[in-house]
Amino acid sequence: MNIDWTVFTPWSALGGGVLIGLAAAVFLLVNGRIAGISGVLGGLLQPRSGDVGWRLAFLIGLLVTPLLFMLAGRPQVVPIESGYGALILAGLLVGLGTRLGSGCTSGHGVCGISRLSPRSLVATALFMLAGFATTFVVRHLLGL
Amino acid sequence: MPLFTALLAGVIFGVGLVVSGMIFPAKVLGFLDLAGHWDPSLGLVMVGAIAAGSIAFAIARKRPRSALGFEIKLPTNRQIDARLVVGSLLFGVGWGIAGLCPGPALVDLGTGQLKPAVFFVALLLGMGLFEWLNRRLRA
Repeated sequence: MNIDWTVFTPWSALGGGVLIGLAAAVFLLVNGRIAGISGVLGGLLQPRSGDVGWRLAFLIGLLVTPLLFMLAGRPQVVPIESGYGALILAGLLVGLGTRLGSGCTSGHGVCGISRLSPRSLVATALFMLAGFATTFVVRHLLGL
Repeated sequence: MPLFTALLAGVIFGVGLVVSGMIFPAKVLGFLDLAGHWDPSLGLVMVGAIAAGSIAFAIARKRPRSALGFEIKLPTNRQIDARLVVGSLLFGVGWGIAGLCPGPALVDLGTGQLKPAVFFVALLLGMGLFEWLNRRLRA
């Protein structure tokens, strides 16, 4: 392992991270909800009355962020190298896996670890390990 | 009011993802690729988010109600079961293939590009597959 200092962005990473934690704090202490994206989104697939609005509002907030950056004169373009087949496979796995495992990087990784939930510690360790292993296979064994 | 604060939380979350660079799959994969030129940024994003989040959850522990008077709903399931393990592993494999997880995928969808839309539709199908499996496992 060697750290690539040309791409490592410690301050924006730390600052952006604090903003993510702050968003989770607002959602928890004002709305009484856990800011777990996969859970908030997945709950819309089995909608219950009175349970839809807050979910949509939170997700729309994420969705309009690039628009706000554009209005502020900083349009965001996201280069994605994966091909369509890889994106479809990855999307299916992320959708199924996060629902089966009850959370993703936000729900388990940020909120769960913040409250020292043993389930979330296990989940985060596992999806990180699986992510490391998969990236190794894809980049270094398959050479894609 | 709760809809406005939920929207606000979503926007702050989204800005955090943009600022931290986590909307870029290349940056996420740079963290997951330990054997390549490693980019530790994602680790520091977690440190910052958990530092702020820990304070919030410590406060929440002492107050059963939110500022708007809602019950603060914390997960009650404490079982480390096969679903948690298999689900987390599947998610990690998908995350390692494209470098996208649900939050950044939503922000990327908002840029109006085609590739995030394809990923997002597949993600919804995956979640739908879970709902179908879940009914079969329960039946």
